[in-house]
Amino acid sequence: MITAFFQSIPLMIVLTGVLTGISAALLGSFLILRGNAMLTDAISHSIVFGIIVVWLLTGHTSGPVQVLGAAITGVLTVVLSELLARSRLVKMDAAIGLVFPALFAAGVILISINARNVHLDVDSVLLGEIGFVWLNTVALFGVDVPVAVATLGAVLVVNLVFVLVLWKELKLATFDAGLAAALGFLPGVLHYAILTLTSVTAVAAFDAVGAILFIAFVVVPPATAYLLTRRLWLMVVLAVGFSVAACISGYFLALHWNVSIGGMMASMTGVWFTLALLFAPAQGLVAQALRARTDRLDHDCRALVAHLFTHQDTPAMAEENTLRALVSHLRWTAPRARAAVLRAHDRDLIERRDGLLCLRPKGTAEVEAIFGRSNA
Amino acid sequence: MTAIIDLLSSDIVQTVLIGAALLGAISGMLGAFAVLRRQSLLGDALSHAALPGVCLGFLIAGGRDLGSVMAGAFGTGALAALIMMLIVRRTTLKTDAALGIVLSVFFAVGIVLLTVIQTQGGSGSLGLMTFLFGQAAAILRSDLWVMGGIGLAAILLVLAFWKEFKLVSFDTAFARAQGFPVTALEAVLTVMVALAIVVGLQLVGVVLMVALLIAPAAAARQWTKSLGGMVVVSAAIGAASGAGGALVSATTRGLATGPVVVLIATGIVMVSLLIAPGRGLIWQAAATQRARARISDGRVLATLQGFAQMHDDAGYPSERGMLQIALGAKPPAATLASLESRGLIRSVMHPPETTPHWELTKAGHTEAAALSGEPETRQHTK
Repeated sequence: MITAFFQSIPLMIVLTGVLTGISAALLGSFLILRGNAMLTDAISHSIVFGIIVVWLLTGHTSGPVQVLGAAITGVLTVVLSELLARSRLVKMDAAIGLVFPALFAAGVILISINARNVHLDVDSVLLGEIGFVWLNTVALFGVDVPVAVATLGAVLVVNLVFVLVLWKELKLATFDAGLAAALGFLPGVLHYAILTLTSVTAVAAFDAVGAILFIAFVVVPPATAYLLTRRLWLMVVLAVGFSVAACISGYFLALHWNVSIGGMMASMTGVWFTLALLFAPAQGLVAQALRARTDRLDHDCRALVAHLFTHQDTPAMAEENTLRALVSHLRWTAPRARAAVLRAHDRDLIERRDGLLCLRPKGTAEVEAIFGRSNA
Repeated sequence: MTAIIDLLSSDIVQTVLIGAALLGAISGMLGAFAVLRRQSLLGDALSHAALPGVCLGFLIAGGRDLGSVMAGAFGTGALAALIMMLIVRRTTLKTDAALGIVLSVFFAVGIVLLTVIQTQGGSGSLGLMTFLFGQAAAILRSDLWVMGGIGLAAILLVLAFWKEFKLVSFDTAFARAQGFPVTALEAVLTVMVALAIVVGLQLVGVVLMVALLIAPAAAARQWTKSLGGMVVVSAAIGAASGAGGALVSATTRGLATGPVVVLIATGIVMVSLLIAPGRGLIWQAAATQRARARISDGRVLATLQGFAQMHDDAGYPSERGMLQIALGAKPPAATLASLESRGLIRSVMHPPETTPHWELTKAGHTEAAALSGEPETRQHTK
């Protein structure tokens, strides 16, 4: 039964994506909160250089040496960028943008020079070949497991242990690095630990989704979760959930349309993000627009009750306390005036008496609050 | 040598060289503003975001048509910039997250579209892959007119809004206070970054475009302090990198243009960071060295002056060991030699001792007094 599970090609493809997604989302949540999302971009590009150098030196395209090489390359990228920025000759953003393209370009050139005898080619570096992960298997406990699944499984365990064990420290270092340093929690070490693990995850995910789509898995699901919650644990859980959902839906859509599986999975993370950006309950654009509309209406209501109050029981009342006066005197458009009156009516601020708009007790209270006095 | 001349006289190579230099120059010129406004990584996001546009242009035109591909790239690039701005302004996500989201999602969509094109199996789908890494050799003579036109438009735009761009690049708050339409100007500058990307795609491809935008500007920044100088130098470095990269990749089989161009540009940056006059790392090190020597000289002079005052003897001869005790370390022979050669101290013998002694000359007293900031007192009383 287990053997059958690991021999099912669709299951293995989805499993590879899911493992990548979860590992990336665990680290990505912290990277997003720490403002390091673009370092992921730098790392995942320059890892190409590490992978090809290790291959040239040892002949391995995967395995522990590759993981080590990737970790070193990733950290090297970050250290070089930070050194360059510290020389104060270029700013940090330009420093990042100088280091990783150079390493990536060097990697691509090394690949094209040695292209005849590597299975690494430029396309797979960028895009990965998640559709073929089942071709390359390794025997684990007597069962043939795809290498990518085994590697990604191991990386996931490492990331999970890292996040769970150092949860408190990560939380503190992310939200208040100064306090973490004062309490002796070494936020600098944690910073590099996260980036090292990101590099390791990137190299493990490399075969499956390639260098650039990996960024989508690191950045987008946590950013989506961030729009929905202000609780760290919930953000991490939601990010993992979005990753898994993106992998599964992406796989089936890719089959349906006969397009790149990795690309479709990454695109689906973008779909979740777009939905959250539009419809998130508190932060979404729709919620913001509704809130702005309510605020505008309530403001009009205040202007309305103030206007009614000013003219109430005066000779001008018959002319002023009407819907027409709102249009002709306050220069509101007719729909705006109608909407304000309706809203004020709904809120029990005003009522219609003898064809005139009159204040209800709640409306009077509102006016008194505005003018800051109580005319008893 | 003749081989190179043969190569240069070839029509195709000339086209490629002119095109590559043109593309490099435009990217370099516009990149200068991106770097100054700390928008380097925006260039990275927008260039990745151009991929779906390239694919759409390809799908709509039904082949590799430069105009529609550029229009597509510009369209999705501009859309990405808008979404990026929306995310930063309307949510609590930080700029880097917004960049990462736009970059990776647009690129993923581009990859999906790329496979759509490949399954359609058009004759030009191979040409499309070159947009990932650039291929200067694919530049046609007719393309040169398009690129030249865009380059001219960019130059005219920069010249027309020179004062405004300068102000917005260096002091946004002041520009806003002066009543300049800052948001509109920033939008124009962002559009220009997108334009530079669209143009540069041919040469270096979407993945490495950011380097063509940043590297020439970062190198140029080291050589000059004026915006005008930086834009011109940046354009020149961009052109040199582009032409150099095109030449190398044209003469070596199987080498994509983009990575070569990027490595050349990065090399120019490294050299600039090292040797740029007044700013480069070597100059910094030399300046540190000079400052150190000046302080060391000053301490020796001050010590000799101190001994002279203590003994009320302007020509008081001090032994090297005495200086060592006073300074905490033996004064380097080179320091003493340099002071002596500048006529500030003089080597004298002080019998019955046989070791060399040193005394301040008149000039040395003047220098020591100037260094300590005190008036010269009791000079040469003996």
